[in-house]
Parts: sequence; structure tokens; C-alpha cells
Amino acid sequence: MSIFDLTIAVAARALAAKQISSVELVTAYNGAVAALNPRLNAFITTTPDLALAQAKAADARIAAGEATPLTGIPLAMKDLFCTAGVRTTAASKILEPFIPPYESTVSGKLKTAGAVMLGKANLDEFAMGSSNITSGYGPVENPWKRTGSDARLVPGGSSGGSAAAVAARMALGATGTDTGGSIRQPAAFTGLAGIKPTYGRCSRYGIIAFASSLDQAGPMARNVEDCALLLNAMAGFDERDSTSAQRAVPDFTTALNRGVKGLRIGIPAEYRLEGTNPEILALWDKGLAWLRAAGAEIVDISLPHTQYGLPVYYIVAPAEASSNLARYDGVRFGARVDGVDLIDMYERTRAAGFGAEVKRRIMIGTYVLSHGYYDAYYLKAQKVRNLILRDFTEAFAKVDAILTPTAPSAAFGLGEKMDDPVTMYLNDVFTVPASLAGVPAMSVPAGLSSEGLPLGLQVIGRHFDEETVFAVSAALEKAAGFTALPELRAK
Amino acid sequence: MSLDSATVRRIAKLARIRVGDEEVETLRGELNAILGYVEQLAQVNVDGIEPLSGGAQMALRSRQDVQTDGGIVEQILANAPDREGQFFAVPKVVE
Amino acid sequence: MAYTLEGRTGTWEVVCGLEIHAQVISESKLFSGASATYGGAPNDHVSFVDAGFPGMLPVINQECVAQAVRTGLGLKAQINLFSRFDRKNYFYADLPNGYQISQFEHPIVGTGVVEIELQDGTIKHIGITRLHLEQDAGKSMHDQHAAKSVIDLNRAGVALMEIVSEPDIRSPEEAGAYLRKIRQIVRYLGTCDGNMEEGSMRADVNVSVRKAGEEFRTRCEIKNVNSVRFVMHAVETEALRQIEVWESGGAVKQETRLYDPARGETRSMRSKEDAHDYRYFPEPDLLPLILEQDWVDALAAKLPELPDEKRRRFCAEYGIPFYDAGVLVADQAMADFYETVAKGRDGKLAANWISGDFFAALNRTGTTLETSPVSAAALGELLDLITDKTINGRIAKDVFEEMVETGKPAAAIVEEKGLRQVTDTGAIDAAVTKVLAENADKVAEYKSGKDKLFGFFVGQVMKAMQGKGNPALVNEAVTKQLG
Repeated sequence: MSIFDLTIAVAARALAAKQISSVELVTAYNGAVAALNPRLNAFITTTPDLALAQAKAADARIAAGEATPLTGIPLAMKDLFCTAGVRTTAASKILEPFIPPYESTVSGKLKTAGAVMLGKANLDEFAMGSSNITSGYGPVENPWKRTGSDARLVPGGSSGGSAAAVAARMALGATGTDTGGSIRQPAAFTGLAGIKPTYGRCSRYGIIAFASSLDQAGPMARNVEDCALLLNAMAGFDERDSTSAQRAVPDFTTALNRGVKGLRIGIPAEYRLEGTNPEILALWDKGLAWLRAAGAEIVDISLPHTQYGLPVYYIVAPAEASSNLARYDGVRFGARVDGVDLIDMYERTRAAGFGAEVKRRIMIGTYVLSHGYYDAYYLKAQKVRNLILRDFTEAFAKVDAILTPTAPSAAFGLGEKMDDPVTMYLNDVFTVPASLAGVPAMSVPAGLSSEGLPLGLQVIGRHFDEETVFAVSAALEKAAGFTALPELRAK
Repeated sequence: MSLDSATVRRIAKLARIRVGDEEVETLRGELNAILGYVEQLAQVNVDGIEPLSGGAQMALRSRQDVQTDGGIVEQILANAPDREGQFFAVPKVVE
Repeated sequence: MAYTLEGRTGTWEVVCGLEIHAQVISESKLFSGASATYGGAPNDHVSFVDAGFPGMLPVINQECVAQAVRTGLGLKAQINLFSRFDRKNYFYADLPNGYQISQFEHPIVGTGVVEIELQDGTIKHIGITRLHLEQDAGKSMHDQHAAKSVIDLNRAGVALMEIVSEPDIRSPEEAGAYLRKIRQIVRYLGTCDGNMEEGSMRADVNVSVRKAGEEFRTRCEIKNVNSVRFVMHAVETEALRQIEVWESGGAVKQETRLYDPARGETRSMRSKEDAHDYRYFPEPDLLPLILEQDWVDALAAKLPELPDEKRRRFCAEYGIPFYDAGVLVADQAMADFYETVAKGRDGKLAANWISGDFFAALNRTGTTLETSPVSAAALGELLDLITDKTINGRIAKDVFEEMVETGKPAAAIVEEKGLRQVTDTGAIDAAVTKVLAENADKVAEYKSGKDKLFGFFVGQVMKAMQGKGNPALVNEAVTKQLG
């Protein structure tokens, strides 16, 4: 078995058994990054020296018998997590020179667990996008190819760099953040597992904010088990985040073998959207058949306000973003473009520092909050958001988990779906409702399209019931037996 | 509701983003497409529904009144594009 | 007599409401653990949260919430068990996040009322609309560098209470009395130091004018007025300006104005004009603030006695006039000082001594209650010597001066100097006899009807006794011997 075919769980066992050292592992992955990143652009900043130093420390820790399952494991860190002393850009030119003097809670927890950081993964600028084409540091290429085509495809977004890095075997796992699907959709596009935990499960402290009421960190990895291992380390209460949940974190790996016997799995009628790729609908049917075969009861349910999820999201998220991004003004950190006076300096700095999509969203957000429009847009959206939450609450009175497709299509080509912003936004149609409700949701690779591209299924659970999500996802994964590999990868 | 160019400029001013004349028209089209899309919310009956403002359904937690932070002037100023001594510096503000 | 201004077209009434920003007394800031104390080297009391760094999040300070609730209770106001924080969005160099966390729709404190007293003794009630918690901004300085403004964020994020009054104020005097009253209340409560020089209390003044019986006309907001005197003057000068605008056929434009104390005028702040769309929305980094009634009740139970109640109690308990009580409760330390002196003694005597000789001595020696050479206990002992007739009132004044000078206890001074009053009737009679004998001519005049000379004889006797004679006994003896 190649060193690049390992999963985190397997690598951890090999490290513990001293069959391999972290330095060997990290040297190999540093090499993979050096070889593939020029093509895929999965990392904005690589930190090979830091990674090697961390690997040495990890080996010492393993030798001392003080290892965790993540000690010595090389990971990609989405460049939205502030990392002390390592440049953090949010893929925006406005943060090009920014070196945080502090560490995000989640990256800090991974560091404490002994994980090794290979670099800062590319993303859509400020996590605004579904294809990683809005990055100020160039788009990320999906390591997967359509059968017989060399066309460059998008890896999804916003955690596109994380997804490409793990899929191309440049890292064993990665952190992502998910605001409306930014972990799940790229995971689906690149044949990975990825979970957006319950809002409040992972601390947002030190994660550059896009939309505060929606942003949530989560892991992306080759399989469900690795996601559980990563989330074990990433989750937990943090007094520095007022929205962090004061709850114990279970060992998510214990849920993996629970099976689905006796579980009621909901199939929401409203997700059979017109225009969805029939292959995806067929895969969804397959998924529910697998779960039924594994002993679950399949229940038809209704989430009546599903279609309003996207319009709500495209009001709430830009509104919060317009305010969250006001701090990038060239005064205390980041890039500045000089001006004749303060306002001129602000306007030039922000015009030069933000890309087109970020500007659009700031403008929309500013507009929907502005005087005379707040009630019609923002307040209305918040009320409909409550109806969406109620849909889930009512559904979860009847079922234990919900199964849906992750995205309405497989990965598309760079340059496709660019006609207008709304076409691009439709990518998030299946992922956004769970984000608005704050419930946990995971994408599991479940099959290939006729073009040979990975497709994912989404498992949605109750608030703070990631364990059931893991149990169902593990069962799906087992039944799907997804073993396909992308064309571009370290070998 | 459809945005006109003057509104686009006003929003850009509020958001402190300089937009050139040529950008205004492009933005106007894009923003109108987005607003047109979200318009469908008008169909939803929300009578008696409370707005949901946050992602978490719990009460606010508070901290003790203890000084635990500050005294890190150099770290605070380390990323500043411009500084004067221990101050941040910006182009002169005329009031 | 209602306050009015005469214009060319008739009589105008002034309508005014105040928004007072009072800095909360706390150790750390509203949403960060950085020091909230005044001063410090530039940007030293600053955390990454205060400076609005990427990924930083607010966590609320419980004591600031408690201080707001205490203040609300002191304003006899509704405490809202549900309140919420909102973001007020605008760009300014000293506002690091590009928004201020404030409370817009659901303030922590609702309606209340404050009692003010005017010069003529009239009592008036001023309604409180609300009190909410918000963050202070940093400080921009424009005079430190030729081409640049510089920014210090030490104040950024310190908790402020914004106390908004109803437009119930009708004169500069009322505006001043209201501001002083709020300052007195927060000082009693220990929720704000009320120090207007350091900017820990400042007011935005809303002013409009109208003719009798009219609805409200357009108002202007005068920002950041930082003394009672300036507030009073700003109300008057702005009212006069508006009258002039109306009377010359114009219309007052709703706007933000700046008070310039040097020129004694207000002027438009055009720079703020385009920033009026604050785009408030619920702060998504915080959850609603839910208070328990029990917690509020516990704060209420520990609230100190407030000036109005104290004043009424002083009148009832110590039998002093309402006006005098008002002077004594002006601040907590003064009231405590009085009460220590008055407790178990003659309250009126205590009040007279404090507002008379004691205040005079503080003024003369340039000391304060805290640094006074005569403590409340020492003053009390002096009063005891008067009450038990060890010394008389005249001698007491000398003893007091000696106390101020030397810091010695009254009893020691009386003993040392032999100032005990003479109550021995034999000695007094002898002194009277001697004085009458030496002044036979005056005695004759007295007897022929010149009654006024009685005081002269008493004075001469006291003089002969070095002031130590018991005044009542001396009177009695003189009366008797003059027969």
C-alpha cells in the first residue's frame, strides 16, 4: 500500500506501531504538495518547514507514548482559520499581508492533538462561493476528470482547496468551514466525506467570519471514520465564542458501527427538484434502498419550506457578511490603498482588496439592511428561516435522520455556470436548509456519474446528534463501497 | 423592487467601496438578478412567526469581570499598514 | 414661571430631551477582558477583540449587565428580562469593527422616571424612555501629526449606558438639573463615576422649539456635550438659533450638530450626514440576553438608598428642612458624613454645624470630606460636649477651629484649655454683681427704660468669664440682679 493510500485511522495505527514515522509521512506529503500544488492550486500558503518540525515533535510524542490518533498526521488547514505566525488570507487580496498573532480554537485544538499542518488551503474569497473560482489567489482545480476529457473542473466551494488537497492525496485530511454547504458540496464534488456539525459544536473563535449565524467548522477526509477522528479533536466548548455549545463531546468513532437497524430515515419530497440530474435522483433511491436493506425504516416526510432556503440564505448571509467585512478598512491590518482622506482611503482599499463576488454580496447585504428595506428583506428572511427550522423540528419528531442528495449536479467545468450569480447559487440548494436550521449534515461519497465523477449523498441529523449522522453515513459508505480515485493524485 | 444606478452608487458609498461608472451598470444587473430571485419570499405567509436571528438556540453566557487581556501593544500594531509610535495612523480626518 | 424665549413673532417654548452616555464602572470591557480603566499608554488597554481582528468574537461581561440593571432600578425603570444586542453599522477610524454593538430594538431597561428640583423648589418628573448597553469607540486625534490622524483604541469596547430621556425638558435649567440628577444617581449606585472632564459622562442634546399648544417641530441633535454648564448653554443657544431660522421664514433641518464651547454656538456636522443609515440588525455573534427575575431582585435588594429617599428620610428622621436635606444628600459621602454625625444626636444641630462651620473650614483649608482634619466622629464628639452643656455654643466654635488646626479631639482641647462652661451659680452671680457695679450708669439707664442694654450686661458678664458662662444661667442671673 502506498503511503498516499492511507487513511488517517490506518496511518495512526502505523505510527503507533512504529511502522512509519511522522517525519516520513510528512516528507512524503510535503513532496506531494510540492509536486501537485502548482497544478491544482489547492494551497495558498505551504508550510513544509513548519510541517517537518511538527512531525519531529510528533515522533517524539509518539515515542513517549503520549500520542492521540491525530499525532503526526499531515493536514491541510483552510485559509480561513487564523494560525499564529502563519499568513492567513481568507483567499482575499485585502488580507494578503496579514499574519495573525493568535490561533483559532479549532486549529489550536488540532495542534494540541499533535496534527501537522502542511499549509493553508485555498478557498473562495471569504468563503463566498461554490466553486473556488472567487479566490484572490486563483481557482483550484478538481483532481477528478470526466471520463475521456481533460477539461478542468471546479472542486466545489468554498472549501475547494481543502477538498482538492485531500482528494489528490496531498493531505490525509483537512479542515473546512460550512456556511451554506461549503464542506459538503466540495466533498461531494471530490469523492470525500465531510461533515458540517451542529452550529455551536466547533468554536468559531479565530475563524474569519463570513456569516456568523451560519459559519461552522468541520472536517473533510477520505472516509467517515477519519471525519469522526478529526471532529473528535475539533469539537468542544469554547468560552471565547458566545455561540459555542456548553456540551460534552462524545467519541464520534463509537457511533460508526452502530448500524441503522430500527432507525427511521426521512426522505423529503421537496428535494426532488426539477432540473436535478436524474443520475443523482437514482443514486438517492439507491441510498435509501441500502439503508432499508441495512434495517432502517424509510419514511416519506415533508420539509415544505425547502425552496425558500436559498432566497433566505442569500439575504441572511450577505447581510451578516456586509457587516463582518466592514473591519477590512486598511487601518489596523491587511492591505491599504492610500487616499487623499480617510473615506477615499477606505473606498480605494476595499475596491482593490475585494473581488467581484465579495463586493456583490457586501452590496446586497448592505442593501437588504438599509433603511426602508430591512423589513421586506432581512426580517422576512429571518421569519422564513424560523419556518425552515420548524420544518426540521417537525420532521425530526418522526424520523432520526434525513437522507438527500448533497448537490444537484456533479462537479462542473471551470467557466461553466458563470452566466449570472444566481445560477451559481443554485448549487447550494440541498445544503443550505440544514445550515439555516443549524442541524448537523454530512456528505458521503456514494457513487460515480456516467461521466465518472463522484456524487455524494447527504445525511442530516438532529441538533447535536452527530452520532446518528455518523452511524447512517458509515452504513451508506459501507453499502456504497466507493473506491474510485481521481486522476490527478500523489501515487 | 428594482435598483437604479443612483441606488447602486448609494449602496457602494454606504459600503465604502469605490465603484467606477462602468461597474455600476454591471452591478445593477447582477444585484437586480439576486433581488429578483429572493423576491419569491414574498409568497410565504409569516403571520405570527417570530424572526430567527441566530444559529444557536440558547441563552447568552456571560464572563466574570476580570482583566485578562490587553498589554499587547506590539501585537496589536504588528499588522498595521501605518503607525505613529504606539498609535495607528490614517490620512488626516477633517471634521 | 415657565421658561420661554421671546422672538419677533411671539413667544417660544423649548423642548429638549437628553441622551446621556455614561461609562460603566467595571474592571474589564463590555465584550473583552482588556482593562476598562481610564488612561494607559496608547493601545495598551486593547485586545484583538477590541481592535476588531479577523475571527475575534465578543463575550459579555456580567458585571456590566449588573451595572445597567442597577442603574435601571435606580431610575425606577422597567428591567427587561429579555434584551438583545444589535449591530449599528458605520465606518469610522476609531470604530474598529465597522459597527458598534449596541441595543436597538430590545434595550435592557425600559421606561422610568427621574425627579428633578428647580431653583424655586419646584419638583418635576422627567420620563426615561430607555437605557441600553453599548460599546464605546476609540479615540481619533487630529493634532498629533501634520498629515495624519492617529488612533488610540484604549476606550474602544468599554461599556457605556445610554440613558435616553423623554422630551420632557423645557428649559436650560431643567436640562442642567436633569443631568446633575442622573449623575448623582449613578454615583450613588457606583455604576458610573460621572466624571464629565474625562468624558466618562457626556450628553447628546435634542432640541426643538415650538409655539404654545403646537405639536413638536423638527429637532436637532447636539453631539457630545461634556459639562452641565455647556448642556445648559447649548440648549439655549440652539433654541435661539432655531427660532431665528423659523422666524426668518426658513425651516429647521433635522441634523446632527456640534457644540463649540469656545464660540458658544452650535454648528452642523456635515461629515456625519451620509452615515445615517446605520443598518441595525441583531448581533449574530451574541445570543439574546435573558435575565432571571431572582437575579434582578437580588441586585435590587442590595441597592444603596438613593438620594430622593435619603433626603425624605433625613427630613423625617432628623427633623431638618427639605432644602437642607437636599444639600446634605448631594453626594453619598456627604450624606454618610452627616448621618454619622447626626445619628443619636440633635439632627438640626448636626446639619447646622456641617453646612456652617464645617463647610467653611473645608473651603478655607482646601480639603475635602475624605481629607478633612475633622472626622465625622470627632465632630460628633464636639456636638456631644455642647449638648451635655460641657461647653456652650460660642466656645464650641473656638474648639472646632482648634480641632481643624491640630486634629486633636474636642474633649482634649476643652480640658487642656479649661474651656468647660461655668454652671456654678455662685460664680455667675459674683460676676454679674461685679459687672453691674462697674456699670452703674448703664444700670440706671436700663432701669429708666433702655431695655436694649440687657444684651450689653450679658455680654460683659460672658466677657468677664472668658466666654465660659452657661448662657442660660447668665441670663437668669442678670435678670434677677437687675430686678
